[in-house]
Amino acid sequence: MSGTYLGLPSFPDAAHTSTHDTQLRANLTHATHTIRTKRATAINELPDWPQLRTAGAAIKDHTLHHLDHYLLQLETAVTNAGGTVHWATDADEANRITTHIIHTTGETEVVKVKSMATQETGLNEALHTAGIHAYETDLAELIVQLAHDKPSHILVPAIHKNRTEIRDIFHNEMAHWGRPAPDHLTDNPTDLAEAARLHLREKFLRTKIGISGANFMIAETGTLVVVESEGNGRMCLTLPDTLISIVGIEKIIPTFQDLEVFLQTLPRSSTAERMNPYTTMWTGTTTHDGPKNFHLILLDNGRTDTLADTTGRQALRCIRCSACLNVCPVYERAGGHAYGSPYPGPIGAILTPQLRGTTTPLDASLPYASTLCGACYDVCPVAINIPEILVHLRERVAEQGEGHRAERAAMRAATWLLDHPAALSAVERAASATRGLHPARLPLPGPAKAWSDARDLPDVAAEPFRAGWKKARGAGGAPRKDKDTPR
Amino acid sequence: MRVALFLTCVNDALYPGTGWATVRLLERLGVEVDFPAAQTCCGQPQFNTGYRHETEPLVRRMARAFDGYDYVVTPSGSCAAMVRDNYPRIGAKALAEGRGPELADAAASLQNRTLELTEFLVDVLEVTDVGAYFPHTVTYHPSCHGLRMLGLGERPRKLLQAVKGLELRELDGAEECCGFGGTFAVKNPDVSLAMGHDKVRHALDTGATILCGADNSCLVHLDGILRRNHAPLHTLHLAEILASTEQHPYQPTTTGATR
Ligand code: SF4
Repeated sequence: MSGTYLGLPSFPDAAHTSTHDTQLRANLTHATHTIRTKRATAINELPDWPQLRTAGAAIKDHTLHHLDHYLLQLETAVTNAGGTVHWATDADEANRITTHIIHTTGETEVVKVKSMATQETGLNEALHTAGIHAYETDLAELIVQLAHDKPSHILVPAIHKNRTEIRDIFHNEMAHWGRPAPDHLTDNPTDLAEAARLHLREKFLRTKIGISGANFMIAETGTLVVVESEGNGRMCLTLPDTLISIVGIEKIIPTFQDLEVFLQTLPRSSTAERMNPYTTMWTGTTTHDGPKNFHLILLDNGRTDTLADTTGRQALRCIRCSACLNVCPVYERAGGHAYGSPYPGPIGAILTPQLRGTTTPLDASLPYASTLCGACYDVCPVAINIPEILVHLRERVAEQGEGHRAERAAMRAATWLLDHPAALSAVERAASATRGLHPARLPLPGPAKAWSDARDLPDVAAEPFRAGWKKARGAGGAPRKDKDTPR
Repeated sequence: MRVALFLTCVNDALYPGTGWATVRLLERLGVEVDFPAAQTCCGQPQFNTGYRHETEPLVRRMARAFDGYDYVVTPSGSCAAMVRDNYPRIGAKALAEGRGPELADAAASLQNRTLELTEFLVDVLEVTDVGAYFPHTVTYHPSCHGLRMLGLGERPRKLLQAVKGLELRELDGAEECCGFGGTFAVKNPDVSLAMGHDKVRHALDTGATILCGADNSCLVHLDGILRRNHAPLHTLHLAEILASTEQHPYQPTTTGATR
């Protein structure tokens, strides 16, 4: 992945700051709870939701098992339709190819459709270095770009901002990028949308190059698909002369008919819409309408490594609906930035460490950024068992990490004790005998402090169950005549 | 019917009252209960923190300890889920690593017999009214593993609703995680506490005097927050409520960690 996010603090450190930001917490709680409820309603309308979910998972699994076949089929179809296909192993290569294509046209400006892939590669920064201005056209992406901020949500990158904050950003920044915000701009959503529309229209009409990702690529026809709500994407996809689409290789599906499943599950899971307002499809180039040059850059960037992991590969089914973010209690409190990656929330916690590896403290902390409550697995429209992958990745982190040596020793000691009931019983009895001495707060550093800084420690029992049972019942199950069950 | 109580390590050391309540309740319903002394812990802390290999001796121990029982009943949704959901995974991985079917067999031997307490009451004994009496206002927090991994559904609430004298108050955001999450509570203390505080706030808003759960691990966390803040709300395991009768009402002071 790109270097943009490197050197960020680990998840618990970042979350330490964000959990104490009351404005951020309020913005996030409001936004996620609203969409959560709406999504549940939209899903409950479909009697065949479980079947759609299974079908979506099955299509994606099948494709991933035969990824080489379908990618080659796609390449042929795109080429036959007048497009050019490029293969990029990593982020740098994808950015190099893109920059080269733009340089050949002599242009210095591009308009962008909201795309996770280009965030993953850090394309905007790479283009900036090459002297090319990239303009984000999705409303939320525009807000983030104008604010010199980073996205914090897959679908609503500016979810951490409220209306007043957005008004201030438009008011202060738009003029530096193009058409200024109207005077006396209010924080009324309609006014904000109108200001963005005017600002963006100027860019759509002037810019000769569009850059996009894609939600789906259809192997059989070479068709790419973008699903959106605003229509800005369609402008970028159809107005410029040259279109460059940078797409992760896992976004492929075999046939046009397979779309049927995802065009039902994606909008309902992401925006709680029955059908998204704009679905744009493009197949190579046409002489009359749409771009005259089309380049497809197929991005690997850690995906084939992920594919090699039998448990972790489920993550590649993801259709980026963001339902798991909206339902995640950890995301809601920590905010998207704490994940230090374009992919925050539960999907980010499993995808980022697979794409990027687990060598930095941040990436190694991501699999632990979950209580394993399972809400994400429940809502995922392609049934990715996120908790299972989290635990699987924790194993990887624990095995490689120097920092986990003490923890492993503690776990081993615990296992030894738990595998020797007589010893366990002795420890329990000792703890009970000294129970009056255990304070509710511990002055010790480490886990005990992390617990007792804000929570009392539980009392130790006067008599552990195991000891009481032996006394009352002996070895067998029946109560002794002379003893009663303690109450 | 031979039934073994799998108490879990947390209950054994910190909440023996939950264990005794489970025994009293089951015996009152005519079930003979054993407590196999070879049992200790299901290995959930190790497994969920990424130490799968450290879990393996405990999988073997569990299978040995509970061999021969028709049912293994536990007053902990997360430990039941560990046995039912994760043991098969541990077995399958050992097999895939070329270490033979021993762990997979151990896992399989437990999988269908291990039940969470409310499952055993509702599905096997087919009772929802267990003859309990508990004249207090109660709100119920359904712990995530019971709720999602086991799919306990309405079982605990049905049992509570049938308790004489008990007034059940609805908990806002009931299905949201309380923020415990095992080692999550110490690895991500800020988020864990933020979640715990929200849960506690919702529980206090109900005006109930008892916050009931079917998993003491979540209650350790919530109780720790409540006590630190001297809040007028006590946590209590569901088994203690169901065990309470008019003749022998729940008494908060005589066993273990109750207060
Ligand atoms: S993991 Fe599932 S729920 Fe989360 S964004 Fe991907 S498809 Fe949606």
